[in-house]
Formats: sequence, structure tokens, C-alpha cells
Amino acid sequence: MKTIAELYARCEAMQPKMAVRRGLAQIEKDGYRRHVLICAGTGCTSSSSLKIAAALEENLKAQGLENDVKIVKTGCFGLCAVGPIMIVYPEGTFYSQVAVEDVAEIVETHLKNDKIVTRLVYSDEHTPKVEGQSVALSDTTFYKRQHRVALRNCGFIDPECIDEYIAMDGYKALAKVLTSMTPDDVIKVVLDSGLRGRGGGGFPTGMKWSFAKKSVSEKKYVVCNADEGDPGAFMDRSVLEGDPHAVIEAMAIAGFAIGADEGYVYVRAEYPIAVRRLKLAIEQARAEGLLGKNILGTGFNFDMQVRLGAGAFVCGEETALLTSIEGNRGEPKPRPPFPAVKGLFDKPTIINNVETYANIAQIINNGAEWFASMGKDKSKGTKVFALSGRIQHTGLVEIPMGTPLREIVYGVGGGVPNGKAFKAAQMGGPSGGCIPASLIDTNIDYDSLAAIGAMIGSGGLVVMDEDNCMVDIAKFFLEFTVDESCGKCTPCRVGIRKMLDILTRITEGNGEEGDIEKLEELAYMIKTNSLCGLGQTAPNPVLSTIRYFRDEYEAHIREKRCPAGACKKLSNFYILTDKCIGCGLCAKNCPVGAIERLPKEDFPDKKLAPFTIDTSKCIKCGVCLGNCKFKAIIKK
Amino acid sequence: MALTQEQLAAKMEELKAFIEENKNVDGPLMPIMQKAQESFGYLSIEVMTMIADALDIPVSKIYGVATFYAQFSLTPKGDNIIQVCTGTACYVKGAQAVLDKVIEELGIHSGETTADGKFTIQDTRCLGCCGLAPVMTINEDVYGRMVPGQVKGILDKYRAL
Ligand SMILES: Cc1cc2nc3c(=O)[nH]c(=O)nc-3n(C[C@H](O)[C@H](O)[C@H](O)COP(=O)(O)O)c2cc1C
Ligand code: FES
Repeated sequence: MKTIAELYARCEAMQPKMAVRRGLAQIEKDGYRRHVLICAGTGCTSSSSLKIAAALEENLKAQGLENDVKIVKTGCFGLCAVGPIMIVYPEGTFYSQVAVEDVAEIVETHLKNDKIVTRLVYSDEHTPKVEGQSVALSDTTFYKRQHRVALRNCGFIDPECIDEYIAMDGYKALAKVLTSMTPDDVIKVVLDSGLRGRGGGGFPTGMKWSFAKKSVSEKKYVVCNADEGDPGAFMDRSVLEGDPHAVIEAMAIAGFAIGADEGYVYVRAEYPIAVRRLKLAIEQARAEGLLGKNILGTGFNFDMQVRLGAGAFVCGEETALLTSIEGNRGEPKPRPPFPAVKGLFDKPTIINNVETYANIAQIINNGAEWFASMGKDKSKGTKVFALSGRIQHTGLVEIPMGTPLREIVYGVGGGVPNGKAFKAAQMGGPSGGCIPASLIDTNIDYDSLAAIGAMIGSGGLVVMDEDNCMVDIAKFFLEFTVDESCGKCTPCRVGIRKMLDILTRITEGNGEEGDIEKLEELAYMIKTNSLCGLGQTAPNPVLSTIRYFRDEYEAHIREKRCPAGACKKLSNFYILTDKCIGCGLCAKNCPVGAIERLPKEDFPDKKLAPFTIDTSKCIKCGVCLGNCKFKAIIKK
Repeated sequence: MALTQEQLAAKMEELKAFIEENKNVDGPLMPIMQKAQESFGYLSIEVMTMIADALDIPVSKIYGVATFYAQFSLTPKGDNIIQVCTGTACYVKGAQAVLDKVIEELGIHSGETTADGKFTIQDTRCLGCCGLAPVMTINEDVYGRMVPGQVKGILDKYRAL
């Protein structure tokens, strides 16, 4: 495409092709009558969604329907736990947990004979199954309360097809910026929108851009941070997998705003699908003249490339990331100088998170006021969270900033499964803190969370129930940071290890009076003296669990007891004789022969005598608990 | 899966060509090392020396980078790479018990390879499919919603290969 008129014409021409997916009947004479969307994100792919797509393609061909039904492989729909997901348009029928074996029936019943396969229709506690009917994706409890901005196209378009992105007004923001705005206009819109960095720091994006614009240099860079190090978070991955062009377009806009002609995306190596789609999207954009020299005939040049991480969490920190691109050990550098002044290859650089970029084009298209109308106070717009852990609906949710945690856990997430009680939500990963059940009405925005010692972080939201031990969780995060500390500064390298030693001692029943105070003292020292954000935030999970669950720490230290029954050394396995039916599966699988049958004469009214565990022999491997189908084995 | 001399030589040539093509880009080291890791499965001293010579930098610099990042390995890995995710989502759903069971079954620790060269256990934090937690992968195969009791059966499949 050489001109903006061509871009608009392409968008126009795509509309009839997208009509079916917007719920309208087929418009074009030779168009597809139906679109079948299949999730090809990481979650669904690992539950064989690609095999389903292949089987469907084969089946349609065999029946001569390949020109009647279009198969669209999309990015993540968000509801990963019930994958593989399939949606049939124009009806919008929402099938979940589809298997390869179901394909023939879907083709025969639905695609040929226009009847819904009720058996496979999505249902949950609020949406019961009704014969012949399907709930629309947007009407499920999981989606209803969400507001999709950054994830707007995820699960709706084919991320490998640039025309579908263009059909959704893609690259129009870039066109607008290049033809009718000055770099200062762009920065002003971003500033006025109130957008703050979604990578964890929450720094105002417009301000960062204005610093970089003011730096004088013949060469500047735009970098995208797609390292997504918080374990248990996958927002950025989903955006790259589901809507890669949104990031490319935004980076070009940023390039125009600060005066850069080159961009880098630094992606985690563990995300092969995201890397492949992003590279493909860059090639397509280049082929269409939307990247490269003289973009859309405006004289603006911008191109970009992808670099892979190599498994180091600290490389998510901006200065470490930049050194890593340069080909060094990813050790952070002291700031200032900030990257906006001296960044990649010593040139002024802006570095933003994937989700931050995913908002940009829409802010340009819809205006700063539109964005600022969502959210509250100093937290504008929406935020994507990866909801996981002990929750009914695990997946990706995007909600306006300022939504209360209760709404996310019980509204969108459907609450805690198996009748267990909600205990806490951990946010912000290894740098973050927890929100206890007593504060579940806290609003999720930057300032409200900071006030209670937690943080939004990059968007990991892990729900914990009564069976999770908070001391153990704190220890888990410290193990992570000890592993990932780069070793450059002593407070972080030695200090966190000392904290971990104390926590390990506590969880093994060797805690001593005064340990909590020692932890607090070390935490203070590490937070104030570490070189980079990794060390400065590493003690947070410990401090926040001490703040809200001090009694659990004390139970471990004083009574040598783990109230949640999670710490192996402090808990034992027991068999509930009234629930045990005596099947013997546990005894058969016990690796140390610690399980034996009780004498029959003690249980005259049972068909088979129940079993019991000899706690002196038990190695607490948990195999019996995992195998028991009758919930007769407990840990306490 | 040891390589024959010819295969090894061919891979060396391939790497040389890749270096030639990339040595003038900005910050060429990581992409080149990633390519080498991918084709050989590990970075031998020969490979590191060759990269050092081609880029005209000390081998110690390459060693420094190689030991910093978890993805680079200095020793060959087993035929089957086992990863039990210990990201937060998997951890709160009991991944540790699954990992413990794998360790017990194979008699090696995380990061080690069995004596017969069949299995390597590799540390992993979040594979990005937290909805299926706890997750274990062996090579390209993903096993979701794992319980320790399934470990032996799954490993036996790969033992038989
Ligand atoms: C230890 C550490 C890890 C980080 N990991 C990430 C990450 O994985 N992704 C990310 O976008 N930002 C991460 N950050 C934040 C970045 O340093 C930086 O603030 C961010 O990329 C800026 O983009 P934003 O303003 O759009 O959020 C990390 C920071 C620290 C200290
Ligand atoms: S935490 Fe295991 S896949 Fe994300």
C-alpha cells in the first residue's frame, strides 16, 4: 500500500468479508456462509486445538464444504480453562472443551443441518444448558463484566492475516498521526489519556515519550518489553499471539512521536507461538509498506526486529533488557541516566510494555477523553489480568481500572471451586504482595493497591484458598528471586538468600522466636540498598504476608504447625475411615508400604475394612491423596 | 542421539554461514549463540571458541553470557526434556508434588540428565498455559491438570521409545 487512500479502500473492501463474524448473514455472493473460529493460543494449542482445526479442514473438504465454511485460527479468547474453544458465526454458537472426535458431529449437525450441538455448548453455574440454544460469548458471566480495549481483537481476528487487522480499522491511527498530527500532538494525546505503563512501574507513558523526544540525537530507538517474567502471567503473550499488528502499529506511532526509525521487540524465548506470529506480522507489514521506508507515502521511515530472551527474569528490567539486546550478560545498570537519555547502544530509547502499546492506536483513534473516561482517579483505562490459581474460571480478563477485587474473583472468576474459602489474591508476582480476604472490596487501581502494600504489577492475579500456606507462598517467591538475582549487587544476592534460609527453617519446623523481626530487618535493608527493581521489590511478598498473616508465621514458629496443611514437614496424611471404602488403591501405589488395612472385625457394617497410614513410615509424597477417588485422604 | 562426524561438520558449516550473515548487525552475539544452542543442543568449548574467533571477542565473554542465561547449556541434554512448570499458578495447584515425583522416579535433580542420557529435568517458570495448571511438558507434548499419580505412566511411555 503506497497511500492512505489505499489503506481506507482495503478496510472498506474487507467489511463484507467480516460481516458473517459480526453476526450478519453472508453479504458477498461467493463468500463464506459461516466462520468457525478456533483458538490457536498457547493454552488451547496445548489441548490440541490445532488438531481440531486440521480435522475440521479435512472433514469440510471431504464434504465439499470448504468454500462454504471458513476456518479462522485466532488468538486467546481468555477462557483457557475450558479450551479448546470454538465459535461458529454468524450464530455466535460458543462450544467449549471440543475434542477431535467431536468434529464430525459438529460438521454434520451444525454446519450442514443448522442445528446446535447442545452437548458441546459452553455452560457454567449461571448459564445452564438449554437444548438447541447457546449463550453468546459476550453474555457469559466471565465476559459480561469485562471491557476489552487491549484485547479487543484477540479471539476475533486471524492474527496471521493483516487484512483482518486492517478491517478492524488497523493502521488508521498510524495514518492519522503521519498526516494530521505533529509529534508533540501525539505526545499530548497520550499524556492527556492518562495512560500509565502496564509493565509494572506505572510510569505515565506520555511523559516518558516527551523525555525521549527532547533528547537530541540523530539516532533513537523504540523498544517493546515482551519478556513477561512474572510466572503465572500471560497477558503480553496473548496480545502478541492474538493481535500482533496492534503492537507494531503502536511502535511506529511511538517512533514518529520521539523521532526514531528503528524498533526492537524483546520476547521471552518460552513463547514460540508469539514469536512466530510477531515475525510474520512484521513481514506482512513490511510487504504492505506499513513498515520500512516512506510509509504510506509520507516520508516517514520505521522498521523493527525481534530479539529473543534466553531465560533470565531480570532481563524484564529495562536497563538489563537493553544490555541483553546489545549482547551482554543481562545485568541492570544504575539509573540515571534513564534510557530516554542514554539507552540502547547509548542512544535515547523508549521502552514500553506490550499491553501499554496495545492501547495506543485506540487512544489515537478515539481520543484521550474516551480513554480517560474509563477507570478512575490516577488510574485510567483498563487493565488485563491473568486470573489463575484456585479459581473457577482461569483465564484472561480485561476490566476497567478501579474495579473491586470482589468483582473479579466472584463476578468474572466465578469464585473458588470445591466449596473452599477464598484466602488471598497475590498480585504483582515476585515483586508484589497479597490482598487478604478481609480487603476483598479494595479497588484495583495503582493507588488503592499501593496503600495496602500490594501492587497491580504486570497483571498476574493468583487466587489462593484455605489450603494454601502463606509462609510457603512467600518462600516460593523468594526461591524464585534467589534463582533470578543476577548477582551484581550484594544486598540482593546475599540478602534474599538469608531471608530464604529463615523462611525454609520456619516451614520445616525449625523457626525461632525473633525470626519474623529478622525477616523484616533484612527486608528493609534489601529494599533500600539494592541496585535494581528486582532486589528493591523482592522482599514484598514476605512483608505483605507477614502484615496480613502474621498468625500463620507464628503458628509455624511457636506451635510447629502449618494451619493450611501445606508445609510437608509440618503436616501428616490421614485416612478418614468413614469415607474410605477399602478399595486399596492407595496401599497399592504407596512407594514405601506405609498404608495398611485395619482389622475387619472393627468395622462390622463395612463391606471392606478401611485403610490407615503409618505416619512414621510415610514420606508425604502425596500419591495416595492424588489417587483417592473418594476424598477419603486428608492432609493436616 | 549423538551426532555423527558428518552431521557435526555440516552443523558447524551452517553455524559459520549464520555468523557470516549476522555478524554485522547491531548486537549479534545473542542471536548467534541462540542459533548454536538450537542446532547443537548445547555450547561446547569448540563452538564457543569458533564464535569468539569469528566475532573477534574473547571466549571468556561468551562463557560469561552462556552462564548468565538459563537457556544456554554447557553440557549435552538428554533425549527427552522434561519440564514441570513451577510458575505461581502451577505451584498453588500442587506442581511441587508433581516435580518431586518426577525427581523420585528418575533419581536425578532439576537441571540434571539421567546416566543413560534418556531424560533431562529442566527448570521452568510458567509455560503460559496456566489455565491447565499444573502443567508438565515432555519435549513438545503438554500434560495439563497433572497429579503425581500420573507421572510414572507418562514416563514409561518415553522409556519405551
Ligand atoms: C525485575 C524486574 C522485572 C521486570 N519485568 C518486566 C516484564 O517482564 N515486562 C515488562 O513489561 N516490564 C517489566 N519490568 C518493568 C520494566 O523495567 C519497565 O518499567 C517497563 O518495561 C516499562 O514499560 P511500561 O512503562 O510500558 O510499563 C520489570 C522490572 C523489574 C525491576
Ligand atoms: S504457571 Fe504454570 S503454565 Fe503458567
